[in-house]
Amino acid sequence: MTSTDTATTPLEQVDRVVIRFAGDSGDGMQLTGDRFTAETASLGNDLATLPSFPAEIRAPAGTLPGVSSFQLHFADHDVLTPGDRPDVLVAMNPAALKANIGDLPRGGVVIADSDEFTKRGMSKVGYATNPLEDGSLEAYQVHALPLTHLTVEALAGSGLSRKDAERSKNMFSLGLLSWLYDRPTDGTERFLRTKFATRPTILEANLNAFRAGWAFGETTEAFAVRYTVAPAPHTPGVYRNITGNTALALGLVAASHRSGLPLVLGSYPITPASDILHTLSGLKRFGVTTLQAEDEIAGIGIALGAAFGGALGVTTTSGPGVSLKSETISLAVSLELPLVVVDVQRGGPSTGLPTKTEQADLLQALYGRNGEAPVPVVAPQSPADCFAAAIEATRIATTYRTPVLLLSDGYLANGSEPWEIPDVASLPEIDPQFATEPNAVADDGMTPVFRPYLRDPETLARPWALPGTAGLEHRVGGIEKADVTGEISYDPDNHDRMVRLRQAKIDGIDVSPVDVDDPGADVDGPAPVLVLGWGSTYGPIADAVRQARAAGQRVARAHLRHLNPFPANLGEVLRAHRRVLVPEMNLGQLSLLLRGIYLVDVVGCNQVRGVPFSSHELVDAIAKTSEEATQ
Amino acid sequence: MSTGTVGLGMPGTRSGTEGVPGLPEGISLTKKDFTSGSEVRWCPGCGDYAILAAVQSFLPQLGIRRENLVCISGIGCAARFPYYLDTFGMHSIHGRAPAIATGLATSRPDLSVWVVTGDGDALSIGGNHLIHALRRNVNITVMLFNNRIYGLTKGQYSPTSEVGKVTKSTPAGSLDNPFNPVSLALGAEASFVARTMDSDRTHLQAVLRAAVEHRGSALVEIYQNCPIFNDGAYEVLKDRDEAQARIVPLTDGEQVRFGREDAEQVVVRRVDGLGVEVVPADAAADREVVVHDAGAQDPTGAFALSRLDDVSMAHVPMGIFRSVQRPVYDDLAREQVRDAVDAAGGPASDEDLTALIAGGDTWTVS
Repeated sequence: MTSTDTATTPLEQVDRVVIRFAGDSGDGMQLTGDRFTAETASLGNDLATLPSFPAEIRAPAGTLPGVSSFQLHFADHDVLTPGDRPDVLVAMNPAALKANIGDLPRGGVVIADSDEFTKRGMSKVGYATNPLEDGSLEAYQVHALPLTHLTVEALAGSGLSRKDAERSKNMFSLGLLSWLYDRPTDGTERFLRTKFATRPTILEANLNAFRAGWAFGETTEAFAVRYTVAPAPHTPGVYRNITGNTALALGLVAASHRSGLPLVLGSYPITPASDILHTLSGLKRFGVTTLQAEDEIAGIGIALGAAFGGALGVTTTSGPGVSLKSETISLAVSLELPLVVVDVQRGGPSTGLPTKTEQADLLQALYGRNGEAPVPVVAPQSPADCFAAAIEATRIATTYRTPVLLLSDGYLANGSEPWEIPDVASLPEIDPQFATEPNAVADDGMTPVFRPYLRDPETLARPWALPGTAGLEHRVGGIEKADVTGEISYDPDNHDRMVRLRQAKIDGIDVSPVDVDDPGADVDGPAPVLVLGWGSTYGPIADAVRQARAAGQRVARAHLRHLNPFPANLGEVLRAHRRVLVPEMNLGQLSLLLRGIYLVDVVGCNQVRGVPFSSHELVDAIAKTSEEATQ
Repeated sequence: MSTGTVGLGMPGTRSGTEGVPGLPEGISLTKKDFTSGSEVRWCPGCGDYAILAAVQSFLPQLGIRRENLVCISGIGCAARFPYYLDTFGMHSIHGRAPAIATGLATSRPDLSVWVVTGDGDALSIGGNHLIHALRRNVNITVMLFNNRIYGLTKGQYSPTSEVGKVTKSTPAGSLDNPFNPVSLALGAEASFVARTMDSDRTHLQAVLRAAVEHRGSALVEIYQNCPIFNDGAYEVLKDRDEAQARIVPLTDGEQVRFGREDAEQVVVRRVDGLGVEVVPADAAADREVVVHDAGAQDPTGAFALSRLDDVSMAHVPMGIFRSVQRPVYDDLAREQVRDAVDAAGGPASDEDLTALIAGGDTWTVS
């Protein structure tokens, strides 16, 4: 089977498609989406994905809370978001249809497993009559197909029970969709062979179901046309598809490799950050040590202990875990030791929405500690960008001897996009510059001594002196230290000086200026409206700004990687525009900071629905702000 | 993914300080070398002074470089200890020292890592970290100073205070049943558990030496007097006659006997088979006297001995309850990394990293 066989169904070229696969949590929708994404990536389309699943591992089968979905947007051009609304909905049961049909625009395609629309299945979600048959879906192009039955039939003779055979229906659907969108299939076949290498019966079943799905597409007359999407123009290079959590883990490994610091991860499992722990635990070959701690506090304690010993200490968690770690982050601020704290944000407060995305930990990252405890904050803007952001967080932590908060989120963590694989030699160098000898002389004017809080005049960083280095024995602690000597000090003026020094060190971190994308600024001056974002809102904002410009509006756009310290030119950038629109998946945390620090009355655009912004809501907000700016 | 198990091998008899660089031939250190310039700020008469002096004079005997010794503490009076040792040290936050020490010990096999803690720090706010460090058997030495009171916060009852203790926070008497730290540690299957006392320098040093030489987590409970908020807590053990009648010295391989010659007592198995009890030696003619076996893999015997003790201190076993070899967490963690690196042919090169980053599924745009 290949993607270039002589299909009789005509092939139509389209520029973009958004598909949503939806089913029960146990139906394998995430795997189906992942595989379709991999096929699409290897074809050279640009893409973005949005997995969405319940916090429960197996919510009651067939119910609305149990619906799991995976949305993929692919195109022959630059893709910035996973798409506001799907063009195609694959619904494996009534619950999946009911939960998702509202997002489908009129004329959209529904492919549903008609076998699952039984009386019992429909009653679980309140369908009195069969929506596939009662005309309620007449605004859509509905393909009601007996996917379960077709799968079981295709696997007759496999030796599998009916129940086990049914489990392959996701592969049947994947085969059908692969045919419909002319995707290559060898990657999926290879994937299945690896995944089920030790279970030949299951392997055969999945392969046969997958091929049967493709063959069904070819032979059925249900589909009048197939679609193809041409590759997107990418700069030449080698590409892969990558999720944020994977990119973040690999970025940490790369930072460890470039700095020569062995990576020690102390972590406690928590959604949606656990995949970073899983990935790193498999990378011992890269000198990575992972310790699954007894709790969140131990996770960061382990990382800090390793950092004291000269390792790249890292802890990974989500918002609730950051709350538990705050005392240790505060200790690291006081000890002035390098530490990377990864917060994959999710909906809060408390347990909140474990599997949904949010950006509401910004103020916690900045201020969630006792005392004046400044911590640099770095945020990636897309799944692949988590790689570079992890290296940047490590650079700052190591150079300035400070804990750094790396703020990813649930959307970045599980979403994916194509990524041009970087050249390792081009990655930033990180030099830990360990202290190797005494750095001062004693009061007698002769005896060399080590002063653990004698700072580098440029960076204000203190020396990182490792246990095992003779002559540098010293004690550090959370009690206030005397400037330079590090001895315990309760002196009021010393405390005032130390608080200001720690603040000045963070304020003085060298971060790149924020770039403003403002076509026409050279001729017409700054656009009246600036849209400023941070973190994962990058894609939706860029997409919305593109649409606003296409509609004739002058809009500038800028995105913050550094939330502390802010880039030195930020105030100037904010003041150059009549209105500044700040979209955030929180109730206005960056807005609060900008107003407080720069006295600029920015306009917030805020939602906390657990999903990324849709482009259209941002387009509306930009239009409204543009109107106000030109009044 | 399946959750199968992988054989991790059996531990050899390695010393706790194996891998820690020793002093060059002919060089030895003195107590002075381990004494930092920091002014000691415990209250006059505090038992911590005696422990500090005992430790400072004992450390040179280990023959290891002082720069390779790290002392980590939490919060409390005992937690000031690292400041007074001229080694590397960290005075961290309340209860977390075992976690921090776990990270350090795992990443640095060339260090002798010590934790100094108190009854509140180790058993109340840090109880979770303590039991998990013991469970994992990380190669650290934990000195738990037990004065049965909160000193630094000025005299509230602690998790080892006796029931009914009247303190500032319990004017009508405390309601909590106290922990027996030795029983707790044995319950967590600690591989080394001992008890000693601030005022008995010889015993303290002997126990500490065994603890440091033990590979794995060693918990040493040290009875320590707080002269300000709980003075005399262990007075009955400091009076010579009383001590003789109450302290049950544990010596590996020997019968458990104690008391004056004319009033000797022995520890025998209870008739119901559950645990042990103390009986006068002359009334135990037909009973088998317990022979202490600190090396027994099953902690049941050691646990039974630990139950002889209660807050009345009628009988207080002192010495090494348990000392067994079992797999050491940080050794195994490093071994997993080393095996993976060796299997891959050595440390990762730029090419290896490039291959990792690329993953299995790539495509080329030309």
